[in-house]
Amino acid sequence: MYHDLIAKNFLNKLSNTWLEKLDDSAVLEVGGKIAFTTDSYVVSPIFFPGGDIGRLAVCGTVNDLAMSGASPLYLSLSFILEEGFSTTDLERIVDSIKEGAKEAGVEIVTGDTKVVNKGSVDKIFINTSGIGIVPEEVNISGSNAQPGDVIILSGSIGEHGITIMSQREGLKFSSPLESDCAPLNSLVANMLDVCNDIHCLRDPTRGGLATTLNEFAAQSKVGILIEEDTIKVTPPVQAICELLGLDPLYIANEGKLVAIAPPSKVKRLIEQMRQNKYGVGAVVIGRVVAEHLGTVVMKTGLGTSRIIRMLTGDLLPRIC
Amino acid sequence: MKLTEDFRNPELAGALVDIINRRSTRNVRLMEFCGSHTVAIFKYGIRQLMPSTVEMLSGPGCPVCVTDTADIDRAIAIAQIPNIVLCTFGDMLKVPGTSGSLQQVKAEGSDVRVVYSTMDALDIARANPERDVIFLGVGFETTAPTIAASVLQAEADGIDNYNVLSLAKLCPPVIKALLDAGEVDLDGIICPGHVSVIIGSKLYEFIPHDYGIACVVSGFEALDILQAIDMLISQIEEDKPRVEIAYRRGVGREGNIKALEIMEQVFDIIPVRWRGVGEVASSGLKLGNKYRQFDAELKFPVEIATSREPEGCLCGQVLRGTKKPTDCSLFRRVCTPEQPVGPCMVSYEGACSTYYLYEVNESG
Repeated sequence: MYHDLIAKNFLNKLSNTWLEKLDDSAVLEVGGKIAFTTDSYVVSPIFFPGGDIGRLAVCGTVNDLAMSGASPLYLSLSFILEEGFSTTDLERIVDSIKEGAKEAGVEIVTGDTKVVNKGSVDKIFINTSGIGIVPEEVNISGSNAQPGDVIILSGSIGEHGITIMSQREGLKFSSPLESDCAPLNSLVANMLDVCNDIHCLRDPTRGGLATTLNEFAAQSKVGILIEEDTIKVTPPVQAICELLGLDPLYIANEGKLVAIAPPSKVKRLIEQMRQNKYGVGAVVIGRVVAEHLGTVVMKTGLGTSRIIRMLTGDLLPRIC
Repeated sequence: MKLTEDFRNPELAGALVDIINRRSTRNVRLMEFCGSHTVAIFKYGIRQLMPSTVEMLSGPGCPVCVTDTADIDRAIAIAQIPNIVLCTFGDMLKVPGTSGSLQQVKAEGSDVRVVYSTMDALDIARANPERDVIFLGVGFETTAPTIAASVLQAEADGIDNYNVLSLAKLCPPVIKALLDAGEVDLDGIICPGHVSVIIGSKLYEFIPHDYGIACVVSGFEALDILQAIDMLISQIEEDKPRVEIAYRRGVGREGNIKALEIMEQVFDIIPVRWRGVGEVASSGLKLGNKYRQFDAELKFPVEIATSREPEGCLCGQVLRGTKKPTDCSLFRRVCTPEQPVGPCMVSYEGACSTYYLYEVNESG
């Protein structure tokens, strides 16, 4: 049964030199500094406007590699399926994995599938791991930010989180929203072409932009100052956030990145980012300072300032 | 005007701040009653824009925060009865009762579900006729009509497994209770916006009349709030306290007649306990006799042990405006949004949570 499942649903779609061999592991030749990461995907609903759990499983891991400056090369792909899971849905998900991998230019070289009793998982869980090569001169880390550095955001925030939230049972919004789920490795490669000393790079997923900036401030022991007016939030995201009492700064993204770079390189970086379809909205949102260490402060549109804290707990919509 | 842009226009805001600065000569103490206003005031940094003559206090207007511990204990006990589905708004999940929270009993297997409206709870009842579905009816006049509407709908559709644990409360009576207690000396009140959409502005008229305190109903955008503050200061400077509306696009003097009618039809007004304030006359809404078959409190009587407030927690005083969250020794050290001790740290609109999340940087 497993052989059938694998042959029908996976091999005929994802086949390549490594998978065809059906060996216990893929044997790869890689040289240089290697980045290695893993993530599990349990999103509900599994299909949503702008993507599905398959695209997310590829993009999420590709982006984790890209955020360390690596060119992603190879992914592993593991499924845990709930007994009775629709093969049509599985096919759709595998197609989307194939497409995502193609777009990102990565090969899926090894995989695994388990089917478990009904109720043991919610429909389908996917784990992907990935490896990539980091260019010798690149040294990107959340602890590298220095006072004077400039902070760049690649586009508008909150689309993924609000799309998922508005699809969940019980929230009957009809909105033109789509998840921003996308592989960002080509954008990062374009950026490294013009600036190989990007200090920090991260995709603001769970916890949103606020959490990523707090992580940078804490890891680098610096202060971060951002300007509210520069952060773009699309009208549907803004409207749903207002309605539910949520702050877009804390909403997850799946196709955006935050970069911290030396001021001398910023103009080139922004120009270069805007050439890439995933960086069209790139703007400077603030800078790294030597005051209020470990803290993110935002200048509001009214010229006042407030602290932006880390997300604590889950986001819960308010009563009134 | 566009809601999210024009009502936050920095030039107009700057002009209003200039007017406030020019107008204000007396020292005044203003309270925003409503938690949504507290959040907005901190989010926009409005306190930083005020002249030194204007002091601002946060009031008890957060329905989660003022829910009495005994009521939370009752909800937790009912949720543990087999075959019950308890539906609640998300921000009630984490509120600590005497021991545990709804989130804890949910993790232990009770069927507690987050809903976004009373009609979602009614749909769950419709889809699960073999189970008793209870809506945890926490809220002010903003939410109460939607609870009433769900009961009327349940009656019309013959959904007899739908129940409401009504903890709904009325705002004007608690404002009166606070003023009667005489603990805080106020010159003006920013009256709630959403609540006033339903009840209108006329129910605040006793405040200037009996207590000589200025009242302005405000919206939630930066310009709404600045305009309300300016109107309050004008009233105070001219010694002419009255009720005015700085939120004309949502609020009139009479309120929403239809909503008020169904509230009157479905609920009886009773005295209830407010956390931090105590019992307040004519401030609670209980399902009336005609709708008693939907009353979860009657249908599922539970024994609850004596309820206790958490030790050291100042939520009571914070709700009455006599202490600030930062006066509490637990604040930020022991009590955080992740591990809240008191309700004001749980709700996004609670004063402690707002101070925690939005406290202004001293050097900024």
